[in-house]
Amino acid sequence: MFRYLTQRAIAFVPTLIGVSILIFFAIRLVPGDAIVAMLGTEAGMLTQTQRESLEVYFGLDKPPVEQYFSWMGGVVTGNLGLSVRHGQPVLNLILSRFPVTLELAVMALAIALLIGLPIGILSAIRHNSAIDLFGRLLALVGLATPNFLLGSLIIVVLSVVFKILPNSGDFTPLHVDPGKNLSQLIFPAFTLGFSFSASVMRTTRSAMLEVLGQDYIRTARGKGLASGVIVRRHALRNALIPVITIIGVELGYLLGGAVIIEEIFSLPGIGRLVYNAISQRDYALVQGVALFIAFNFVVINLITDLLYAAADPRISYGQHA
Amino acid sequence: MRKAFFALVLIALVALAISPAAAQGNVLVMARAADTTGLDPHTQTAFASFRLLELIYEPLVSLDADLNVIPALAESWNFADDGMTLSFTLRQGVKFHNGADFTSADVAATFARILDEATGAAARANYLNIASIDTPDDYTVVFNLSAPDVPLLAALATTNAAMVDSADIESGAVATVANGTGPFVLENWTPEETTTLSANADWWGDGPNIDGIEIRIIPDEASILAALRAGTIDFALLNDPLVATLLIGDANVQLNRVPAISYHVLQLRAAVEPLDKLEVRQAISCAIDRQEVLDTASLGEGIVTGPLTMAAFALPTDELFCYEKDLDKARELMAAAGMSDGFTLKVIAANAEPPTALSEAQSIQAQLAEIGITVEIESLELSVYVDRWLAGDFEAAVALNGGRPDPYTMYARYWQSSGNLNNVAGYIDETLDDLMARGRTETDPEARYEIFAELQHHLTEMAPWVWLYTGYEYTAQLPAVQGFVPYPTDSLIGLAHVTLSR
Repeated sequence: MFRYLTQRAIAFVPTLIGVSILIFFAIRLVPGDAIVAMLGTEAGMLTQTQRESLEVYFGLDKPPVEQYFSWMGGVVTGNLGLSVRHGQPVLNLILSRFPVTLELAVMALAIALLIGLPIGILSAIRHNSAIDLFGRLLALVGLATPNFLLGSLIIVVLSVVFKILPNSGDFTPLHVDPGKNLSQLIFPAFTLGFSFSASVMRTTRSAMLEVLGQDYIRTARGKGLASGVIVRRHALRNALIPVITIIGVELGYLLGGAVIIEEIFSLPGIGRLVYNAISQRDYALVQGVALFIAFNFVVINLITDLLYAAADPRISYGQHA
Repeated sequence: MRKAFFALVLIALVALAISPAAAQGNVLVMARAADTTGLDPHTQTAFASFRLLELIYEPLVSLDADLNVIPALAESWNFADDGMTLSFTLRQGVKFHNGADFTSADVAATFARILDEATGAAARANYLNIASIDTPDDYTVVFNLSAPDVPLLAALATTNAAMVDSADIESGAVATVANGTGPFVLENWTPEETTTLSANADWWGDGPNIDGIEIRIIPDEASILAALRAGTIDFALLNDPLVATLLIGDANVQLNRVPAISYHVLQLRAAVEPLDKLEVRQAISCAIDRQEVLDTASLGEGIVTGPLTMAAFALPTDELFCYEKDLDKARELMAAAGMSDGFTLKVIAANAEPPTALSEAQSIQAQLAEIGITVEIESLELSVYVDRWLAGDFEAAVALNGGRPDPYTMYARYWQSSGNLNNVAGYIDETLDDLMARGRTETDPEARYEIFAELQHHLTEMAPWVWLYTGYEYTAQLPAVQGFVPYPTDSLIGLAHVTLSR
């Protein structure tokens, strides 16, 4: 097990280096630099000396390859660089925004599982019943509704009908005021969780249907086991593998920040941070966040793989099989 | 699992019940979509930055709601007869937020900083005629000019020329301390989230009448609207006419509109074929119904404008060349240019700034098709657009360009052969150079008006650009906010005088 973890951790390195090279040069291939992004058309009024001093300030005066190595030199020692627009270390900015994104992602995941799993299981057990039909319809709606539409509708209903709007730009962290914090996150989390629940539901349903048709389930039934026990102990556990896979992938995306949802609900998360950084050509910040997101992804992949083993004892990472 | 679900619902309900429904107290809660990009008043250029910094910092002179120059930190001023010196008498007893007295030494240090190229000051180019600054006593400042420069006075009325404490300049702290003399003091700034301002009790002016301002960044304007309707904010800055106009007729929210001095324009580059032919440019100008562009792109939210947008210099548009759509004339002009068969014109437009750019381009596309011109629209991300615009790498561009209170300052960059952006403007002739040079030195207001009236006639006739319309600047507020005066520059300085009655 330990050996497996070490091997996986070493395999992280080339992945992250690949991502770092890709993002470093991709953001520089986009036309427009930080100076133009900051000054707009006023950049045309700069004298040569002014422009040069700004280039030094933004670190644009050195060749890209040299910039890359000096950046990577910092990354290795835990220094992701300085965001020129915020005047703060990139790592601090990420760490200050990440709790919001993490909380949102976890809540969205919880909501998705609370809606998706039970309906998915019920749909499979009562195959082609009214419940199944309802569940499939809900999944169709969930998948077909863009979350910016659902989010905007929720905001309109809350503000116009109920005259309340928890998200009016005064985000409160969990430890400051848990009640207010939850009231601000529950609606965006629901918005994200709703469409996510649709894929959870459909995956659960089809995986369950497949498992329920297997011989060993028929055997279990034949042995006279209660149907609850069959579903929980024999069917669900085996059906969980694809569900875990999809949770892993979705969580990876969610931890990268939900740009649109963060924008319309004005949450200061990772998504908004990187969105602004891209439009402002804040290279160090874009690179730092991208690397952070990539890191999250590989870690989640690892956890997903470990969960496979937990869900299905036939999968083991202890020895070479 | 079911228990957990109910627990979550319960938590959400409790949370909703205890969350405050409305803004409270004597602090104004304001929302806007974009945050300031920094705190250094001299280097900022974004409108979003000015909207914060103008509450904290003050220049020597400022503008009233009609864009006339009025006293601010200077009580009075005087141009010497030859226009070569401009002297100011400073207001006495003014203090910076850190308690230091404001004196002539701060004025001299501030301008030394602005004129220093290494500062990267945004408005530096407007002050190059300042040869030296004398400070005979603590409250007198004399600007010695290298050439007569009448527009200089109005050019000083900007946050980009705000007074900062000479001690902060020395310690290099200007960009971080936000130590001004203005009506509000910066307490806290969390970028892209909230900014907290408290009232400056020692402010020389009449106000503020509120205890402070809490500025929240809500990136989506539709969400700002929702927050206003829910009463969780008192005041909002809005940019998108499509969002702002949703408030028309709303009994609980008041929408303020003032015609802006920035202008929407179709820039033609006369340096490119076939736009180098005067007749072709004129034909384009004659073929475009400006009101139709305004109606299509901005729901009619604005007014058709000539080159100068400030009330003191704007001309009635029916005096200007081809402001009435005239297709026959346009076709004749095309024929005269030997272009009866039309041609293909590439127009660049930014995809979000202004939000109406693409719709404007499409309206122009439809209208120019009537005289055989095929318009190809290139929709570009803003930074890419700005890059190409600055390089003059386009045939035509839909643009929203900033206005200035003084016509010379507004167009010096474009319509002089020495202008930094003359290459972007793509056109110059001797008449323009001559008119601009005279507009700069003429001290008599009436003669100056005539010069700039001639400039506008000449510009519309040569049609290097097709000026379209000015939009409105929008703010919205709850009825509890009283006494707010909106400015054509979108300035929020009116907040120094508002009262809150909840």
